[in-house]
Parts: sequence; C-alpha cells; structure tokens
Amino acid sequence: MPATDKPMTLRRMDVGQVATITGITADGEMGRRIRDMGLIPGIKVQCVGRAPLEDPVALRLMGFTLTLRNREADFVKVMA
Amino acid sequence: MFDDATSERLHKDTEAGFIAIAGNPNSGKTTAFNRYTGARQHVGNYPGITVEKKEGLAHLSDGSTVTLVDLPGTYSLTAYSLEEVVARRVLAEDRPGAVIDVLNTSVLERNLYLSVQMLEMGTPLVLCLNMMDEAKERGVTIDIERLEQKTGLKCVAAVARSGEGLDEALTEAVKLSKATKGRIDPLVISYGPDLDAVLPRMIELVEKAKLLTDQYPSRWVAMKFLEKDKDIIGRCRRIDNAACDQLAAIAAKVEAHLRSTLNTYPEAVIADYRYGWINSIIKDGVLTGDSEAFERIALSDKLDKILTNRLLGPIILLVVLYAMYFFTIEVGQYPNDWLSGAFDWLSEFIGDKMADGPLKSLITAGIISGVGGVLGFVPLIMIMFFMIAFLEDSGYMARVAYIMDRVFRFFGLHGASIMPFIIGGGIAGGCAVPGVMGARTLRSPKERLATILTVPFMTCGAKIPVFLLFTGIFFKDNQPMVMFILTLAGWAAALLVSLLLRSTIIRGEPTPFVMELPPYRLPTLAGICIHTWERTWQYIKKAGTIILGISILIWAAMTFPDLPDSEMTMYDNQRASITAANEGKSEDELSALTADIDNAESAEKLRHSLAGRLGIAMETVTEPAGFDWRTNIALLGGIAAKEVVISTLGTAYSLGATDAEEDQSLAERIENDSNWKFSNAVALLLFTLLYSPCFVTLAMIRQETGRWGWLFFSLFFNLILAYAVAVVANQLLA
Repeated sequence: MPATDKPMTLRRMDVGQVATITGITADGEMGRRIRDMGLIPGIKVQCVGRAPLEDPVALRLMGFTLTLRNREADFVKVMA
Repeated sequence: MFDDATSERLHKDTEAGFIAIAGNPNSGKTTAFNRYTGARQHVGNYPGITVEKKEGLAHLSDGSTVTLVDLPGTYSLTAYSLEEVVARRVLAEDRPGAVIDVLNTSVLERNLYLSVQMLEMGTPLVLCLNMMDEAKERGVTIDIERLEQKTGLKCVAAVARSGEGLDEALTEAVKLSKATKGRIDPLVISYGPDLDAVLPRMIELVEKAKLLTDQYPSRWVAMKFLEKDKDIIGRCRRIDNAACDQLAAIAAKVEAHLRSTLNTYPEAVIADYRYGWINSIIKDGVLTGDSEAFERIALSDKLDKILTNRLLGPIILLVVLYAMYFFTIEVGQYPNDWLSGAFDWLSEFIGDKMADGPLKSLITAGIISGVGGVLGFVPLIMIMFFMIAFLEDSGYMARVAYIMDRVFRFFGLHGASIMPFIIGGGIAGGCAVPGVMGARTLRSPKERLATILTVPFMTCGAKIPVFLLFTGIFFKDNQPMVMFILTLAGWAAALLVSLLLRSTIIRGEPTPFVMELPPYRLPTLAGICIHTWERTWQYIKKAGTIILGISILIWAAMTFPDLPDSEMTMYDNQRASITAANEGKSEDELSALTADIDNAESAEKLRHSLAGRLGIAMETVTEPAGFDWRTNIALLGGIAAKEVVISTLGTAYSLGATDAEEDQSLAERIENDSNWKFSNAVALLLFTLLYSPCFVTLAMIRQETGRWGWLFFSLFFNLILAYAVAVVANQLLA
C-alpha cells in the first residue's frame, strides 16, 4: 500500500507505523491529561505495540513510551 | 491543607531554607531524595488524603543541614490528580526557599513542561539534569551553558543513581534560596493574540478582588480561569464570588471565540504555547542528537517483545504474580510463626507471674494477643512491599497494568488492580491487609477505591480454617473442588461488587489511562529497602494504635459481665469434689480430669458475656440463614480477626481453644449437632467468604481511603451482602 497522507485517529495506527499528531479533540480532564503527557499537534509518534487484547496501545514519542486506551486514542488525530 | 503543627514546622524551616524536590514520575526524583537523605526521612500522609508526604534532612558539604521535602511526582501542575494539587499547594503555601527540579535528560522536552509551570508560579528553580549517562548513551548532548543562558536558571548535570552532581545541585539550591527568599518574578510567556488580549483585564480583576494573590502570581490565577481549574476557581469563589463571575464570563467569551474561529479552546492554546516556549529553548542549539538511537530503549523494546507478547505476556505475568503470592504468604509464614510463637511465650510468661483475674486476662488475652495479631502481619507486609517496590522500580508494574487493563476495565477497575487482588487472596491464602495497602500502586482514584473495597472478598488465609472445617464435614468427597469454587466465588464477588460500586456510589468515567511505560531498569537495593521500611512502619504505627483499642473492647465484650457468684461456686465445687475423689494424683492428671468442667465453665461464661447475649439476641435475625447463637458469637469475633472464628466456636461448644487441623473433636461435635445441615453449612461458608473484613483490614481501609465512611461502608455493606447471600443459600438448599 502506498504511503499517503491520510488523516486518522491514533487507534487506527499499525504497529511500527509513524505519524504526526494534527489535533486533540478532547477537552476537560482527558484533554489536559493527554497534553500534559506531551501529545500535542506537531509531535511525531510511533505505534510500538498493543496489549494482548489489542487495547491499550503503546506509543513512542519524544524519546519515551506512553500507553493509552483505544477510547483515549480516538481523541488524537494523526496524519500518517 | 496541612495541620497547624506541620505548617508551623515547615514555615520555621523556610527561614532556615527548606528545599523541595520536584519532577516527573520516573525522572529519578525519589532516587535523588533517597541519596540526599538516606534513612533520615520521615514519611506521612497529607492530612485527610492519601498522598504521601516525605521529608528528610540533607547534609551540605560545609556541614550544615537543610530540610528537604519530596513533592509527589507529577507531569504537570494542573488539577488532574491529587498529587498535582498537593505539589502546587506546597509550592504556593509552604513556599520552599528553592526547588530542585529533577529532569530525565533523555525526555527533556516533556520534563520541562512541569518546570515551565513552576516558573509561571514564581518558584525559584535549579534544574537537575538527571540520567545524564543515559542521555549520553543515547547520543543526546546538552549545551548546559546555553540552557542556563536561555532559561536564566542554574543547571546541573547529574546521575542520581551514583550521586553525581547532587551535591552541586543542593548547594546551588541553598544559594538560590538565600538570594530569592523563595520568590522570583514569575515567568511570563505569550499565549497567543486571543488570550494575551484578555489577560490584562483578568489580572486587574484578580488583583482588585485579591484572589489568592498572597500565594500565587495574579497572572497565574487569571490563567486558571482560562484553564477552568476547579480547585483554584472554587477557592477564589469563597473569596469574591462576583469577581469570579466576571472572570468566568471573560473566559467563556474567549473560549467561544476560539472554538468558532480556530476550533480550539484556551487550555489547549496555553499548553501549545508552553510547549512552544520549551521548543524555542531546546531546539536552539541546547539539545543535539537523536534520542531514538538508544541502547537501553532498544533493550527495553526487546524485553517488551517478550514480556508484553500476546501469548507469553499473560503467562509470564501469572508466573510473576504467583511468585509474589508464594513469597508473601508461604515464605512469610515462617517469620510469622516465629513472631506468634514469641507472643505466645510472652503471654504464658506473664500469665505465670500474675495472679488469675481480670487484669491478667486483659494483659494476656486482650493486649498481648491484640498487639501480637497486628505485628504478626509485619513479615507479610515487608516481603510484599519489597517485591512491589522491585516490580515498580524495575518498570514491570506498568506493564502489568498494560496487559491486564482491558479485562479489569470491564468491571470498572484498572489493569493494576490484579496485584492487590492476588495478594489479598486471589490465590487462596492471601491476606487482605497487604492487599489493601498494595492498591497504592493505582494512580486512578476511583479504580483504586473500588479495588480497596473489593479486595476483602478474596479467600484470605484466615478464612481457610473455617472453610476446611466445614467442607471437611459436608463435602467429604470433593473438598478440594469446593475449596477451589470458594476461591472463584471470591473473585466473582469482588469483580461484580466492583462493577456495582462503579455504576452506583463510585460512578464516573474511567480515569484516563495515559501512562508512561518507563524503560526497564535494575532497581537499587537502598531504594527498595527504604521504600519497604517506610511502608511497614506506617502500618505498625496506624494499625497498632487502632487495633490495640479494638482488641481490648472485644476482649471486654467476651469477658464481661462475669458469671454470677452462685454459678462460679457451682463449678468450683465440682472441681473440688473431683480433686477430693482423686487425692494423691499429680497435678497434670487432675487438670485433665477437670478439663471438662473448665470448658463447660468457659462456654457458660461466653454465653453469659455481652458478646454471648448479643449472639443470642441475634438468633431471630440469623435464623433464616440457619445460624444459632454459637455461630453468631464466633462470627462476631471473626470481625476482630477471622482466625478467631474457629477458636470461638470451640469455646462455645465447650471444647476450650481448638485448632481445626489438629483437633478433630470440633468437627465431630458439629457433625453430630442436628442444627448443622448441608444448607446452613453452605450458608456459613458463603457468609464467611463475604462478610465484614477483619479489623486490621478495616483500619487499613480507613488509612488508605482517608475516610472513616469507607470503613463503615465495608463493615456494613459486606455484612448485609453476606447475610442476603447466606439466607438465599440456606432457604434454597433447605
């Protein structure tokens, strides 16, 4: 499959795939927590793994590894 | 927030220069604190909440000492968690002279996010660039001089594990504290045209109404209205509600504007600009190198390929949990037995020296057995916390949560809930006391509370003798199977009750599971030992005081009122006549002959005591479950400690103190007692599994939740649930 610039959410990323965050659609406590951990527009993330039941997902960004549940990953828009 | 004594002490320290240590979780902050203070630290809780408060004394190179306060590890200073609220209140209200900000150099960008927020509060900082060795391995180079120029802060390269750079950081912090007296001009950064335009008007309002301006910079307070920070806004509203309405109106207007024009909102804009500021500093020649090309991360990733593998991950997890259970419960049994042996000896020793009477009974049966009961748990708790500390510091605990989260989330829990459940008796024979304490590893308050309240349903070691006794009588052919089913029933109860609690009284969206998976590291022995000891000591202090009081109460209820003189005389006369009839026999032979009378007297005494009368009075209520007064007393005693159930039953059946495994006579009595049928035996098994936690556990629930309310909830909710289940079982099977 050719690599195209298509918008999607973090949940849809394949393991190993790299993408750039384009927006966070959550506000309130969830949005705050996501941003506090460094998930902000412009940051490059790589999906490094998924838990045995496909959820949560593990990401690499800014040199550290972060996990979040799929339902939280839905709030993070990325461009692959 | 703090009690007066603490506040006063901290304020005194401020004059002498009290220094705080701040930083992200996994930044090596605690390692640095341990290095500074060694064993000279004091751990407590902030009053009313469960956030740990650590203080210690550090020695400077010139021989003077300074008090250090270890702030809770946080990623930010918003009001996301209690830890964050506590950290910023210490910074604002207790005012450390200066703060050593410990940063994981390899993740500098994200770590500086906290630093920016402290600078915005006007806190004097020394940046301690920790894990410099790892950063170098990664090929990351930091131009420290340039970073100092750009930030205007003193920066120190450090490796907390070896202590490198720590002395310098502390010396700089003390210097800074003397120069600034704990306050610098707050950092002012631009939050873009929309917010910058409204901020001056908001600051004016804040200053006019004096909203927390004695503690926080006015621009910071104004920003909290834009960020909709509940904690700060709530406190401001108590000062001047009208001014707050005006501020909220401005914030709402600018939010509406941002949403319609840029599809964003103030909080997001503020965060973006903070990261922007950080980027402008570190991208400008401060940080060079690619942090991805890194051996430790590579190694960590390889380990994760195995440890969080779809198939191997859960298997390895089960093995690790079983090993934890095995070491805590099985190995802990030995020191546990030695301790209880020592207390038995002490009890006997004092018993021999004292004349019979209420005082002797109070000391031996009330105080020594009560304190012994509390201290008996100490080996279990030490072993468990030692292993938990290892798993946490190594980074594996975060993986446990990662692997198990999907399953536990369904029941309103958290992936990390599995560990307290296993320790608490998820594998039969655990103990709810370390289980409840083990729930500390959970960072999400609601999930943590649900875990604490449901751990006591597991089959702890003290319930097992009761199960063994009754399954031995009523399930002779398939006892192991029934024991296993009881363990599963404990799991079912815990998970279902959690689901119930999380959809009723602890309702609410799951706490966002946004968690760092730190690279695997080999923990330091000193760190683990300090951690283990501080938790054990906390247990001894807290449980010791409450349990001592309660065990005296229980002792009194089972001892008073004494039998009327006429009956006492009757037993004395019986004994006297036996002694007279067997003159010339040794004392041992005589006491064997009078044992039956002694036991009958004990049974009668128990029946006559307050507890006995309560047991009899309760028969009307417990009749549908099929429990008579003997069972009632035993179960009442079981609230003190589940171990007491069998021994009290023994006394009530006139058998003296009875051990289920050694002495079969209690089993025979029960088997021959026509009151005991299959139906009420099953009812008793289920009741014992589910009913109120023992007092040590209750005391821990109080300590860990910070509220008496949850203690009473556990006591009564579990009792009612157990009663309902027991009645249904008894009626259905009858």
